[in-house]
Amino acid sequence: MREALYIAGKELRSYFVSPVAYVIVAFWLVATGFFFYASISLGQQATLRDVFGVVIILLLLIAPALTMRLLSEESRTGTLELLLTAPVKDWAVVLGKFLGAFVLYAAMMLLTIAYPLLLVLYKGNPDWGPIWSGYLGLLLVGMLFLSVGLFASALTSNMMVSAVIAFVLLLLLFVISQLSQNVGPGLGDFLTKISVGQRFDPFQRGVVDLRDIVFFVSVSALVLFLTVQVVEARRYRA
Amino acid sequence: MIEVEHLTKYYGPNAALRDVTFNVEQGEILGFLGPNGAGKTTTMRIITGYLPPSSGTARVAGFDVAEKSLDARRHLGYLPEMVPLYTDLTTYEYLDFRGRLCGLHHGRERKARIYEVMDQLNLGDVSNRLIGQLSRGYRQRVGLAQALIHNPDALILDEPTVGLDPVQITEVRNLIKELGKNHTIILSTHLLPEVSMVCDRVVIINRGRLVALDTPLHLMQSGAQSQTVRVEVAGRPTSILETLRGVPAVEKAVVLQQAVTGDGVAPEGAAVSFASESSLPEGSYQYQVEGKVGSEIRPELAAAVIGAGYELLEMRSVRLSLEDIFLRVIAQGAEEDEDELADEFGGEDTLDEDLEPEAEVVRPRMRTRPTPTEAASTPQTVRVAGRRVRR
Repeated sequence: MREALYIAGKELRSYFVSPVAYVIVAFWLVATGFFFYASISLGQQATLRDVFGVVIILLLLIAPALTMRLLSEESRTGTLELLLTAPVKDWAVVLGKFLGAFVLYAAMMLLTIAYPLLLVLYKGNPDWGPIWSGYLGLLLVGMLFLSVGLFASALTSNMMVSAVIAFVLLLLLFVISQLSQNVGPGLGDFLTKISVGQRFDPFQRGVVDLRDIVFFVSVSALVLFLTVQVVEARRYRA
Repeated sequence: MIEVEHLTKYYGPNAALRDVTFNVEQGEILGFLGPNGAGKTTTMRIITGYLPPSSGTARVAGFDVAEKSLDARRHLGYLPEMVPLYTDLTTYEYLDFRGRLCGLHHGRERKARIYEVMDQLNLGDVSNRLIGQLSRGYRQRVGLAQALIHNPDALILDEPTVGLDPVQITEVRNLIKELGKNHTIILSTHLLPEVSMVCDRVVIINRGRLVALDTPLHLMQSGAQSQTVRVEVAGRPTSILETLRGVPAVEKAVVLQQAVTGDGVAPEGAAVSFASESSLPEGSYQYQVEGKVGSEIRPELAAAVIGAGYELLEMRSVRLSLEDIFLRVIAQGAEEDEDELADEFGGEDTLDEDLEPEAEVVRPRMRTRPTPTEAASTPQTVRVAGRRVRR
């Protein structure tokens, strides 16, 4: 576990050595800022509900950008060999990489707290319930998206390929509920249940359901588990 | 310290390693020799726990690398072939990271150890530089530093001197010798002088097979079953050659044309070619004489030359270099592969009896000597022939 934290720390440092993190964070702030402005000026309501709805689409791009190089770059440059021959378990490597990306993501979320604070500052008197639940929902969605991104990163040694795979997988997860209407009741119900959009919707409205939380946490754990399997399988292929 | 038993590794249907067995004792430096693609890196990757073997076992400090992988890895430092490092960290940050991963959890101890290792490898100047900006030599040393950071019992170094300039190569070799006092080291290389300089014992593998395992000295002696002598004699080459060939114990005698520098002395390791005998004018030349197996030819040779009235200017025995041995062993391995192939088609399973003795000391069989023209066209042989080995 300690090793996972070391790896997370190293990943965070690496983010800010290259311009990648700065570009992503800047893009994130500009985009969310614009959506916030548009939503408030059009809707004339002190709520972030619409912003959350758009932000989750933004995450389809942000998550792969954050995770694309985590494992693929290591396998391209060969540093994975040293990492996997250190006295560290494979799952600690994967968990560390995930945590590194997740902490950066959480920090990016924290920066957007400025928007609801602006509402307070201008006497908008927002309802904090849906705002907190929306943030919680975004953290959970981010968790799932980042694990999918990391999974994609473990599959290939090319980070662009990994980004594209991650994006396609996330898009599938996101639109799966649209599919559900065409495949009959049984499978359709199931697809609706695993649809990220459907699961996120209650958070947006201020409803925190334990089942939704369990959904996001367990699916993320499953994806991370698969990622560990892929990393282990790499040893047999290498 | 490191025990490798019957290691076999398949990549798909291709065998990269076939039944490789060897031990490395505590405090020993083992050289790992073989042509590219022979299975050196595969073996090292299995020992370091990066690759699982298809069958067989490897143990480090008594820990099976497959079952007690983490314990085995704690006793190992590894420098992979291309020295993969995080280019976006500074030297200090990187060593700090590796130190943490390798179990140096205590902050102050870790810091002290990092400075100790940086001192040992002369990395103090670059401790705050990004690894991406460092030269090849520095990176190599950072790579060694990370392998050493947790003071492991055993070091696995995959071609540690590749891509370095001669000064750096000497530095790294001295360093490895120094490290060999406290660590068990496996060192792979395709530079043969490196092995004779640094290693206590040598493993030669070819096509995934262990073909020789012995000390460099023994390997060189075992290859030299016949004596080769270099003589310098003044006179007419054709008649001198006749005299030399007239000695009963002489198998073969040829005249050498040697590149001579301005002051008339052939430089060390100068290019030598075999001259055609008839075209040479009278003068002093070097001749290479090869004796029959197991005979001492020098006294007879000297007597014959002087008895025929020629001036004997110099006589010395030429020792086979490790390079010769290596080429022979490799060539022999290739022949055996073909033999075995034939055996397999014959339906006989000679694999086991074939391999058992090889696990111990393997005495490379003598191949027929290359003819002068062959030898002249093989740069290695020629260079070796030109090396002065005085007795």
